[in-house]
Amino acid sequence: MFNNLPQNISTYGADIDGILYLIYAIVGFFFVTMEGYLVYAVVRYRRREGVRAVYQTGETWREMRWVVGLVAVVVFLDFLIDFRGADTWAKVKQDFPSGDVEILVKAKQFAWTFVYPGADGQFDTKDDLTVPRILHVPVHRKIRLTLTSEDVIHSFCLPEVRLKQDILPGRRTPAWFEVTRTGTFSLVCAELCGLGHTKMLGVLEVHDDSGYERWLAETAKEMFE
Amino acid sequence: MTNDPHGPQKFIWKYILSTDHKMIAKQYLLTGLVMALVGAFTAYLMRWQLGYPNTNAPGWGLVTPDKFNMLVTMHGTIMVFFVGMPLLVAALSNFVIPLQIGARDMAFPRLNMLSYWIFVLSCVALLASFFVPGGAPAGGWTGYPPLSASEQYTGVHWGMVLWITALALEFASFTMGGINYLATFMCLRVPGMTYFRVPMATWFLIGASLAFFFSVGPLIAGAVMLLLDNVAGTGFYIPAQGGEPLLWQHLFWFFGHPEVYVIFLPAVGCVLEILPVFSRKPIFGYRAIVWSMGAALALSYIVWAHHMFISGMNPRLATPFSITTILISVPFAVIIFCMLASLRQGSIRLDTPMLWGLGFLATFLIGGLTGIFLGSASADIYLHDTYFVVAHFHYTFFPSVFFGGFAGIYFWYPKLFGRRYNETLGKIHFWMTFIFFNATFWPIFRVGAGGMLRRIADPTQYRILDQFKEMNSMISVAAFILILGQVPFVWNFFWSMFRGPAADANPWRAGTLEWLAPSPPPHGNWGPGLPTVYVGPYEYSRPDMADDFVPQYRPVGVLGGPAGQA
Repeated sequence: MFNNLPQNISTYGADIDGILYLIYAIVGFFFVTMEGYLVYAVVRYRRREGVRAVYQTGETWREMRWVVGLVAVVVFLDFLIDFRGADTWAKVKQDFPSGDVEILVKAKQFAWTFVYPGADGQFDTKDDLTVPRILHVPVHRKIRLTLTSEDVIHSFCLPEVRLKQDILPGRRTPAWFEVTRTGTFSLVCAELCGLGHTKMLGVLEVHDDSGYERWLAETAKEMFE
Repeated sequence: MTNDPHGPQKFIWKYILSTDHKMIAKQYLLTGLVMALVGAFTAYLMRWQLGYPNTNAPGWGLVTPDKFNMLVTMHGTIMVFFVGMPLLVAALSNFVIPLQIGARDMAFPRLNMLSYWIFVLSCVALLASFFVPGGAPAGGWTGYPPLSASEQYTGVHWGMVLWITALALEFASFTMGGINYLATFMCLRVPGMTYFRVPMATWFLIGASLAFFFSVGPLIAGAVMLLLDNVAGTGFYIPAQGGEPLLWQHLFWFFGHPEVYVIFLPAVGCVLEILPVFSRKPIFGYRAIVWSMGAALALSYIVWAHHMFISGMNPRLATPFSITTILISVPFAVIIFCMLASLRQGSIRLDTPMLWGLGFLATFLIGGLTGIFLGSASADIYLHDTYFVVAHFHYTFFPSVFFGGFAGIYFWYPKLFGRRYNETLGKIHFWMTFIFFNATFWPIFRVGAGGMLRRIADPTQYRILDQFKEMNSMISVAAFILILGQVPFVWNFFWSMFRGPAADANPWRAGTLEWLAPSPPPHGNWGPGLPTVYVGPYEYSRPDMADDFVPQYRPVGVLGGPAGQA
C-alpha cells in the first residue's frame, strides 16, 4: 500500500515513513489473520447434516481467555504505536530548532506568496523580498516558516517533505523542515478553500548553498533596481 | 395511548400521518433509500470528473470546480445525515426496538410521527439548495468556517443557509426520535425482559441514540453561530471580526466522532443479531459485548481532536488524543473477536442476511484497521486530507450503512412486509456490492498514499498524480458498476413486496420476540395479551433441548447456564 509514497526529501520524512511501515506491519498481521480466520470458520463450520452447533456463551473467563489474550496484545501494540509516534510528532511539530532561514508564508484565495527578510535579517523592513508561487530554499538548512492566511483556512502541504500544516486566518502558525536534496518539488493547498482550491499550487525549489545565495542576490537586484 | 389496535383506517392515517411504529419505520426506510439515490448520483458525477477529467458526464455535462465543491459537500451531507441516519437509526429503531422488547408501539407515537415529518422537511430544505440562486452549499460536509461563514468566500449564500437549516431540522427530528427510543426501551419492556435479556440490535440502537444525544448539543450551538455569521453578519468564526475558526472544528468534531458511532453501532447490532441465527449458536460474550459498547461510547467523547491534529491547535494535545483514539481499538477488538468466536463450531448457513453480515465483518475490519494510521498523529501529518482518509471512512461508513443496513433489511424483510424476497437476487446483489465496493475503495488507499488530496476538482493539475490517471479511471468504472449493482435490490425490494411468497411468522427460526408476532405484525403487534420473556435472546443448540433453539417467550422451567439466568 505504501510502495508508491512520493520520494522522501526531508530529514524527518524517514521517521514518518517509519511509523507508516510500523503500523502497516501491525495492522497487516491482524488483517491477514482475522480475514483468514473468518474465511476458515465459514468453510469449516458450514452447515452439515446431523452436526449440531456447540452451545458456548462466552460468559466465563475460561471461554473468554482467547479474547482477553488477544486484547492484551492489541493494548501492547497500541502503546508501541503511540510512543513511537509521539517522538516523531514532537520532532516535527513541537520542538522547533532555531532556523537558518526564516520565511513568512502568506496564503490567500488562491495563491501563495513568500516573504524573505532580505540582507538585514528583519521582516517589515525595506529590503524584504516578496516572491509569488515559488518557495526557494537552500538544501541542508533548517527552514523556519511562519504561516499566515488572509481569508479562509488553507493548508500548507509539501508531500515530498512529509509536511502538512493548516493555516488559520488571524494567527501566525509556525512550521519547520530541512531538505536533503536539491530539485523541484510540489507545494499544494490541502484544505478545501473555495472555488480555486484545486489550482492553488506552488513549487518548492531547493538550491545548493551557492545557488540559493545567487538566487537571493538576483531577486533583490530585480526588485530594487 | 397506543394499546388499542385500531380498526380499518383511511389511507391518509394508515400511510401518511401514521402513528404506527412499523409504518413510520417504512417511511424512514423509503425516504432514506430515495436520498441514497441522490447521494449515488453525486458520487457518479464526482467519480466521472476524477476518472475522465474535464469531459462531459453523460446525463449532466461538465463538472466544473464550483459544481465539484457542491457535489463534495452534498454527497457527504446526504450520505451521512440523510441516508445513514434514517436507515440505520430511525428505520431500524422504529421497527426493531418495540418488537424486540415486546411493546405495542413507541412510548410517544405522535411525537414519532412528528419526528418523521420534520425529517421530511429537512430533506426538502437540503434538496432545495440545488435550485436556489448561487447553488448548493460548497463548504465541504464538515463546513469549516470562515469558508462556510460568508458568501464572499464560497460564492454561495442561500445554499449555505439551507444547509444549516436542514441540519438543524434533522437534529430536532432525531432528538425527538431518540427520546422516544430511550423512553420505549426503559419503560415498555415486557415482564421478564431484563436489561441482560435485551437482544443485541436493541442494545446497539439504544447505544446509537445515546451517542447522538450527548454530543448533539454543542453542535447545535455551533450551528446557530454559523447561521448568524451567514445571515446576520456576526463574526463568531471570522478572525477579522474577532472570531475563532477553530471553535467550529471543536464543536463539530465533538459531535462528529460520536456521530460515527450513531451510524456504526446499529450496523453492529444487526450483524450481532444475525450471526447467532445463521450459525445456530449463542452470541459469544453477550455481556462483554454490551460493556464494550459502553466503553467505546464513553471513549468516543474524548477523541474528537484526532480530526484536528494539524489544524493549528496546540500541538501538545496531539499525543493525548492519539492515545485515546488508538485505545478505542480495545473495545472494538473485543466485539470483533467475539463475533468471530460466535462462528466457531457453529452450523453456518449462508442465506442473504448472513452474507451481508459476514461482508460487513470482512470490510469493516479494513476500515477499523486503517483508522489506526490516522489515529497516530505523526502518520496523520502525511495522510491527513489525502484519499487515504477518503478510503478509510468509506470502509467504515459504507459497510455500516450498506452492508449492515442491507443485512438488517434482508433479515427483517419478511417481518416488514409479510413476504419473502428473492434469495437469488439477494445474493447477486450482495456479490455485486461486495466485489465492486472493494474494487472501488481498495485502490483509493493506494492513490491516497501516493499523495492524492481529497476535494480536488481536477487531478490533471497535479504533477504527482499523473501516475494515477489509469487507476483513477478504473476506480470510476468500479464505482459505476457498484451503483448499477443496486438495481437487483430495487427490483427485489418492490417486486417481492407485492408478489413475493407469503412469509410465516418465524422464517429464520430465530428466538427473539419480533418473530412471535405475525408477519407483518398488526397495529398493536401482539393481539390481546403481551408476551412474557423467560430466557435470553440467543438460546441456540442447547445440549439439554431436542429443538435447536429456545425462543425468549417459551416457558421452559429453570434453565441452567449464565445466559438463561439473568
